[in-house]
Amino acid sequence: MDQVLVQTLHGLVNGMVLAMVASGLTLIFGIMDIVNFAHGDLLMLGAFVGASVLGVTGNYWLALLAASIAIAALGAILQITTLRPLIGRDPLTTILATFGLSLVMQKYALWQWGPSVRRISEPVPGDFTLFHIQYPWYRIATAVLAGLILAGLWLFLKYGKYGIWIRATTQDRVMAQAMGIPVPLVYTAVFAIGSAMAAASGVLFGPFAGVTQTMGFDFTLRAFIVVVVGGMGNLGGSILASIFVSLLESYAAIVVSPAQAVIVSFVVLVLTMLFRPTGLFVPTPK
Amino acid sequence: MATLTASSSPILKTEGLTVRFGGLAAVNNVSMSVPRGEIRGIIGPNGAGKSTFFNCLTGVLRPTTGRIVFNGEDIAGLPPHTISRKAIARSYQITNILPGATVLENVRIASQSRHHNWSMLRHHRSYADVIARARAVLADVGLADKEDELASNLSHGEQRNLEIGIALATEPKLLCLDEPTAGMSVAETHATVDLVRRIARGLTILIVEHDMEVVMGLAHTITVLNYGEVLAEGRPAEIQANPRVQEVYLKT
Amino acid sequence: MLVLEQVDAHYGKSHVLHGVSIEVRAGEVVGLLGRNGVGKTTTLKAIMGMARRSAGRITFEGRDLQGVPPHGLAGLGIAWVPEERRIFRLLTVLENLRTGLDRSGITPPRREALLEKVYAYFPILRERRNQPGGTLSGGEQQMLAIARAMMLEPKIILLDEPTEGLMPRMVAQIQEIVHALHRDGVAILLVEQNVPLTLDAAERVYIMEKGAVRHHASSAELRADQRVIHEYLGV
Repeated sequence: MDQVLVQTLHGLVNGMVLAMVASGLTLIFGIMDIVNFAHGDLLMLGAFVGASVLGVTGNYWLALLAASIAIAALGAILQITTLRPLIGRDPLTTILATFGLSLVMQKYALWQWGPSVRRISEPVPGDFTLFHIQYPWYRIATAVLAGLILAGLWLFLKYGKYGIWIRATTQDRVMAQAMGIPVPLVYTAVFAIGSAMAAASGVLFGPFAGVTQTMGFDFTLRAFIVVVVGGMGNLGGSILASIFVSLLESYAAIVVSPAQAVIVSFVVLVLTMLFRPTGLFVPTPK
Repeated sequence: MATLTASSSPILKTEGLTVRFGGLAAVNNVSMSVPRGEIRGIIGPNGAGKSTFFNCLTGVLRPTTGRIVFNGEDIAGLPPHTISRKAIARSYQITNILPGATVLENVRIASQSRHHNWSMLRHHRSYADVIARARAVLADVGLADKEDELASNLSHGEQRNLEIGIALATEPKLLCLDEPTAGMSVAETHATVDLVRRIARGLTILIVEHDMEVVMGLAHTITVLNYGEVLAEGRPAEIQANPRVQEVYLKT
Repeated sequence: MLVLEQVDAHYGKSHVLHGVSIEVRAGEVVGLLGRNGVGKTTTLKAIMGMARRSAGRITFEGRDLQGVPPHGLAGLGIAWVPEERRIFRLLTVLENLRTGLDRSGITPPRREALLEKVYAYFPILRERRNQPGGTLSGGEQQMLAIARAMMLEPKIILLDEPTEGLMPRMVAQIQEIVHALHRDGVAILLVEQNVPLTLDAAERVYIMEKGAVRHHASSAELRADQRVIHEYLGV
């Protein structure tokens, strides 16, 4: 019973972090049809920047902020230089481009920070007790923070002039342009927002397992699964799917090893593609 | 009503053909009878149901009610590939040619679909026949001198004519042309009209068009659709003189 | 104000416009008539930079539109109401309007005034302001599309077949809107297949056929001699 409780908490916490990663990915795909294979690596670079800033300042929150801003800027630059010229081309081109970026980013991290694992220490010390188990506070804090950030994103998209710009451009790029919305700028901004969220996720996740050059891959993989399961371009769907898939994986980890538990995610993906390809949490299309 | 072969039964008959999308009847109780060998024009203002009607004939859409009888056989609701085998062919508004293949290859592939068999030996011998048939079609549509040209290199008008050639190569008895002169210049339009006249022997042709000159010049009989219903039917001169038809087009 | 000079346009290989020359002066309502497929919508798309212009010039208030990015046209004063309306279906009515209302340089009082004005023209939009655009009926979406264009306070509206598929009552409403916009001094390039409405609303009419302008006359002349209309739009 304790196991189930612990795994539930794991699932919820991991789900919230994954939701942050996936929402950036689904926003980017929804608005500009870009399958961003480098998304997890933006997370990884965010984690490294966060670790470095933490090492210099000793302030976790500053590190979180700095990483988000730095990687947002990086994302904007990458989009302008590498992805904007590819607009309108075969989707395979952007897939290859982002895949290439991913490789470059991983090697850069290796060069910049060396091969040893970096640590991000917990922002909030201690455990709390629930029934018979002890669970670290910082993980709860992470989930709460992720939730707040996602809520902030949702509010930004729902209200506010720029949220409307983003949503209008996602639905009908040509009409949005005809209304005077500067679509190229919107694309860059969305890519920057997605990058910032990935970076923040990296810093939030840092204390969980350390920071390495290859930490991004697992996130990219799971984020893609979740984006498909939740419905591509569907923000609410990807958040729900993140929690759903993470919980399933956590429960599966009771029975098999965590490395094998990821199979559960793939099973969900395959079932979704077979029976509800537009997404599990999306109303059935007519 | 003009008929060319008064003694034979109509090649195509629709009875009470209706297609409903939700509450809207895109095609409403359309009954028409097309004699063998006729060129039948189908006109009507925007949204009159012309494309929906064509889609029913070629099996892309299933009618809600009503019958479609082709050569005495009920074909309503049959899938497109079955209908194609029954010798109904259609050209589309958006060209469906294979851009990476040559002009001859495009037509040959269509022709082969009609004479397909599995025997390797047979195939080798009949290959020359298929090519000859394809060349004959190319001559009919005026593309004989471009047979080795890549289809993507043709001009727009030539591509649309190739599209007609591909439909023709399947040796249809009924050819449905969907706005064949759309997007063409005046010169290209005249060339296509000549083409249709040339290929009309031994064939029944249904043609949906917005270009009145084309339709009035080519068709023996014209059916006018409006809001999915048959508004009028008759010879071109009768249709042009029909005040209700003018009303519908000019919305007066 | 808006001048098309000998414009040729292509969609891929298809040569769809041949030497089209059209002019709309400030405050004028000009009609563009023609059957289906003659290139009326393509002409509007050429103005909006959506069709590949292979020859000719399009200028607005003297400025060549060639180098202007697609999102720059609204700022110049050109608004577009497309044939398919293209309402942002998942945005509410108000949010749809805000895509035009949220411009830089517009003060809150002016925003309010503009919104009120449009609600006065289209009371149903006030009623449905928090409903998603996709839930509106066809006629209501047409009104929203026009209202959205009005949010840009444009100098000219490119209005593409606003009465297509609408019931007669709605057609009359659209006619009134066109009159009201004209009184406000907004120029309109009205593409239509509805002849009486066009002759009533527009001072001058161009008639197109097969991608070219074939006739140009005042509405009065066309009303007096119906033969031209019959030739190009009848059967």
